[in-house]
Amino acid sequence: MSDTHAPIPSLADRVRPIEAAASVVGVHFLGAIPVFVLGEEALLFAGDDERRVVAHAGAILASACDGKRIITGGDDGKLIETVSDGQSRVTASDDKRRWIDQVALGPDGAVAWSAGKTAHVLTGKGEDRSFEAPSTVAGLCFAPKGFRLAITHYNGATLWFPNTGAAPERLEWKGSHLGVTISPDGKFLVTCMQEPMLHGWRLADGKHMRMSGYSARVRSLDWTAGGEFLATSGSEQLILWPFDGKDGPMGRQPQILARAEARAAVVASHPRQPVVAVGYADGAVKLVRIDDDALILVRQADGQSVSALGWDGTGQTLAFGTESGAAGVLAL
Amino acid sequence: MPTPDTASKIPVTVLTGYLGAGKTTLLNRILSEPHGKKFAVIVNEFGEIGIDNELVVNADEEVFEMNNGCICCTVRGDLVRIIDGLMRRKGKFDAIIVETTGLADPAPVAQTFFMDEAVGAKTKLDAVVTVADAKWLTDRLKDAPEAKSQIAFADVILLNKTDLVTPDELRDLEARIRGLNPYARLHRTERAKVDIAEVLGRNAFDLDRILTIEPEFLASEDHDHHHDHAHGNHDHGSHHHHAGNGLKHYHDEEMQSVALRTDRALNPDKFFPWIQDLVAKDGPSILRCKGILSFKDDPERFVFQGVHMILDGDHQRPWRADETRDSRIVFIGRNLPEEKIRQGFESCIALT
Repeated sequence: MSDTHAPIPSLADRVRPIEAAASVVGVHFLGAIPVFVLGEEALLFAGDDERRVVAHAGAILASACDGKRIITGGDDGKLIETVSDGQSRVTASDDKRRWIDQVALGPDGAVAWSAGKTAHVLTGKGEDRSFEAPSTVAGLCFAPKGFRLAITHYNGATLWFPNTGAAPERLEWKGSHLGVTISPDGKFLVTCMQEPMLHGWRLADGKHMRMSGYSARVRSLDWTAGGEFLATSGSEQLILWPFDGKDGPMGRQPQILARAEARAAVVASHPRQPVVAVGYADGAVKLVRIDDDALILVRQADGQSVSALGWDGTGQTLAFGTESGAAGVLAL
Repeated sequence: MPTPDTASKIPVTVLTGYLGAGKTTLLNRILSEPHGKKFAVIVNEFGEIGIDNELVVNADEEVFEMNNGCICCTVRGDLVRIIDGLMRRKGKFDAIIVETTGLADPAPVAQTFFMDEAVGAKTKLDAVVTVADAKWLTDRLKDAPEAKSQIAFADVILLNKTDLVTPDELRDLEARIRGLNPYARLHRTERAKVDIAEVLGRNAFDLDRILTIEPEFLASEDHDHHHDHAHGNHDHGSHHHHAGNGLKHYHDEEMQSVALRTDRALNPDKFFPWIQDLVAKDGPSILRCKGILSFKDDPERFVFQGVHMILDGDHQRPWRADETRDSRIVFIGRNLPEEKIRQGFESCIALT
């Protein structure tokens, strides 16, 4: 247990505190500007001057960012794009005002979102395509190369090729699949399940991988620099599944780092170094070095669960937010 | 599991009832009364609610099996997502009401609150309220298994549209309901008119509120015609409902309750394996169960409740000097193996 050890080195006094004053549900960087996505209505730009940009008339349910723009989906049935000067515009609206609760950004400017069972893609060329999933869409992500969108739903995931007429490819596994991610090399697709476990497919041959042992549903996933590991929340430690070989984690054990009393709630990998930021359910934020499990404290535990974590594109700055509305920015 | 922050969790009331029974009338009544409370409402169809409320969410009623090898471990996948989304607007509402479709089984809704940790951490199931149509209930109990499940599962039952039947028919209906579920609070209503406090804030799934396990009789004040027949002392140990209060005795062939009692202390090392094995094997047919237990050499009451295979239990409080230390369990379910359950329970009695 970490608290029986000598105190770990701390950078907590170098954090610039931000008063978000509302539950933080996401954090992104538009260039160098940290932007906190709040649970209701607004984005909080925390550059040299702080300002709130109202994007939705209600809850913000999902967000994604490609460094130039943030897209958000809301319970007002709107998909909103916000850029670094704080301008927001409506990218799409659900005609029945259903919740837009999944969003994703593609490598070539494409945007994906879903409401109920319908997944939409607005291609980089501005064409609107849609796909009807067998049940409510619970996760979306673009493949890193090429143009495929992974859609999770009950009993599996679908790989959809919105630009071509090719038939969607179905990956089946019994149960409810929620979040989804594809490895940076495009070889593996991993879903978070309703149960406390992950399910994975090797896309070349559809071979299955079950990754279990968690104490809670996994709600946060991130590939470490270079795609060597998949960092995951959901346990009282940081769980890293090895994806370096052609078999991924098949027949291998995960690395278990940063043991704590509280559960890891959010993880965010450093974009360049083998370092993962972990936000815990007790409010602590730590930097974890993968090679030797060395820890640096970024935020002291205070009982409010960390709910968002993010690095800027260069890995110089880390931003975090909590369920209770505290937030901070650490420049390394 | 009960946690110290139970009071801060948002209560969730589930409204069930067969098509046309009056669920929406009850919902509109709850929303329109001047109680000063704000509700988030999860409905299955848009357009039925006559009240302007920005926190009305449309649900798809997606029932998902859990990957634990048990076919009765189902959750409402849409509720997991909707509650997660609603909690972003925490502070904007005091309670959540889930209106199910007329054909819905209440169990997956209830199980969602026990199976999904994120949902259970922020919300608590308050009660399952079932609205039944007095005019058509007898027919529905014959031809609609869903209607029967909704009655058997309920914590509170509104026998609605009582103005459309005769007093004799009404008594007959009550007896039929009691044959399925002797433990729910039962109210006679017209146009779903009921004191909101009888429907909301019931804490029916709160272990701390398991005070007694006895058949309930009519709670509504219009029930005077039974009072002169009511017994002051029911034989609480007898299984099944009994006709001592003037009600006809109905035994449903399919759905029953089994109530067990002993005043001899139980052996926890026998009881827990037995109940776990029972729900593992017969969970699909057990809709609800509840118990207050006295264990040998244990100064505290142990209480538990369950839905199908899911059990939730804890020590509640010390036994008081003035109360009878006995153990009571009740099961409500479909084709329950009564004799097997009875023998199993008796085998848990501690040897002295």
